[in-house]
Amino acid sequence: MSVSVKRESLEAMRTFDLATTPLRELNSALHTISPGANDTNFEVVNPRGSHSVAVGIDQPVVVDVHGSVGYYCAGMNDGGNVTVHGSAGPGVAENMMSGTVVIEGDASQYAGATGRGGLLVIKGNAASRCGISMKGIDIVVHGNIGHMSAFMGQSGHLVVLGNAGEALGDSIYEAKLFVRGEVKSLGADCIQKDMKPKHLKLLADLLEKAGVTDVKPEEFKRYGSARKLYNFNIDNAEAY
Amino acid sequence: MSYHNPYTPPRKSATFDDYTLAEIRRAAATGIYDIRGAGTKRKVPHFDDLLFLGASISRYPLEGYREKCDTSVVLGSRYAKKPIVLKTPITIAGMSFGALSGNAKEALGRGATIAGTSTTTGDGGMTDEERGHSQTLVYQYLPSRYGMNPKDLRRADAIEIVVGQGAKPGGGGMLLGQKISDRVANMRNLPKGIDQRSACRHPDWTGPDDLEIKIMELREITDWEKPIYVKVGGARPYYDTALAVKAGADVVVLDGMQGGTAATQDVFIENVGMPTLACIRPAVQALQDLGMHRKVQLIISGGIRSGADVAKALALGADAVAIGTAALVAIGDNDPHWEEEYQKLGTTAGAYDDWHEGKDPAGITTQDPELSKRLDPVAAGRRLANYLKVMTLEAQTIARACGKNHLHNLEPEDLVALTIEASAMAQVPLAGTSWIPGKGGF
Repeated sequence: MSVSVKRESLEAMRTFDLATTPLRELNSALHTISPGANDTNFEVVNPRGSHSVAVGIDQPVVVDVHGSVGYYCAGMNDGGNVTVHGSAGPGVAENMMSGTVVIEGDASQYAGATGRGGLLVIKGNAASRCGISMKGIDIVVHGNIGHMSAFMGQSGHLVVLGNAGEALGDSIYEAKLFVRGEVKSLGADCIQKDMKPKHLKLLADLLEKAGVTDVKPEEFKRYGSARKLYNFNIDNAEAY
Repeated sequence: MSYHNPYTPPRKSATFDDYTLAEIRRAAATGIYDIRGAGTKRKVPHFDDLLFLGASISRYPLEGYREKCDTSVVLGSRYAKKPIVLKTPITIAGMSFGALSGNAKEALGRGATIAGTSTTTGDGGMTDEERGHSQTLVYQYLPSRYGMNPKDLRRADAIEIVVGQGAKPGGGGMLLGQKISDRVANMRNLPKGIDQRSACRHPDWTGPDDLEIKIMELREITDWEKPIYVKVGGARPYYDTALAVKAGADVVVLDGMQGGTAATQDVFIENVGMPTLACIRPAVQALQDLGMHRKVQLIISGGIRSGADVAKALALGADAVAIGTAALVAIGDNDPHWEEEYQKLGTTAGAYDDWHEGKDPAGITTQDPELSKRLDPVAAGRRLANYLKVMTLEAQTIARACGKNHLHNLEPEDLVALTIEASAMAQVPLAGTSWIPGKGGF
């Protein structure tokens, strides 16, 4: 799967101007798409930082948002392909189930929080808590990520081409983290791990899916859980 | 004359009583704090400290069994296109599949459905069984987001954003590894057998302004159909209620410290949060100050046991109540029938609270397939329905005696308090006086 999404028919594209159209009309239209419908291409203009743009998508629609969005853009996306030609506020693609969300600019806090599937690509930087409590989502950030990213990450992959802030992967479970640059510090129970051939292959696939062609998997380090906090032990109390 | 020192019996310290001494020894021996289920066990001012006045020359009663006393309640009428309509204001509180067995969840759904009320999921997601057996199901939206997905969001009848619970305002949770079966692990996207920590804060919002945006997102995802509840623990009920209303909640759920938990540190349960009785009036005051009383509904939970408790909570201004611990008891928790097995676990029926260990003889707080089988969900559901109906009848009996043709017509004026503490908390006069501490200048 590639993030460069092809449109079936430009004629069928529906445009929503959020300067003149209530958000409710956009989301309602996205929710009333029948499975197999042709009318699946949407364009959103003048989002002007609106919250909850294109949330709750449950069909393979294509949504292009021209401008920056506020909180929770593409929240709970299940199968949609959403591209924001701008930056995204907090909680972009939160709890995503499947599909693809691409942010051409930067993303604020909690990008991809609790995501269960699909691919989130952030072409700029992501702020703190990127991938918090991730549960299966794949996140690829071209720039840097902020502190406490992948906190309590349960599963899925977080790939960072730049640097990671403090306390990366704090209290992490089975999420896999790949960072190409520097990691300011690791959180509780998060350690650097060997990059084995299967991880290089996995990372190569993730980079390809995200359309990243100019870096090599060998340039990354892998981080994950030491699994020492999986069952409570009083002698580990200082780690909490 | 010789002097004989008269016998004085050994005197134990009130501060260092037997239980306290045992706790010190337990901590020293194990190196870990005590984790347990249920709510506070300490005695706190409660509904028992209130009495109804009944009718008199100035108030005439309604005829029992003849004159109607309505018990229905509509929840979520503020914004939701599809508010919930219940026959009784006694709902079933959120309890997770994981903490409870599948059979227990099914029993709760069956009982609630027979009685015409709602039941609630918990920290772990929605199972097909509980959806199937619950006519009206509230889907909890928790910090962990275990089992959260948009399909279940849409097939729920209401959404409850959990900010806190009465047993542990400000605390997260921990489902210990021994209760993590394959199915529970799969629903929570975690490996089997490891402790599952539930975060204490939501991962993608902090504070009331963010909550407002989060509520709007959930409304947009569900096309403004579902009532959205906000559940808080009994900490700062005036401000929490006001902020929940400001954030756009349809319903506020307020859980006092008697409210149960599946597993929390005993020190947390016993020392954090306020009694249910102390929470109601400030919450109602907040609603009244905002002109939202009866427009945003208030559900009170934490230690509701009888129709009298229901009537008292409603008289103080609640629209409905929720029961958790009492519902578990109704379906068989702590039943003396299993006394022999409780003894083997070092406890006794009525005191068993190691719900986190998964060894429940009654088959309720367990994922052990053999123990779970002990609970017949059909029979247990019937018991819960009976209990809910009895509570409803009890509340009606009291309301009629107070001359009320709807439970919601009960009012603080119908109540007096037996203690100064209860009088101050419930803001009703001490019995036989017109005095409410803190009111009228002293």
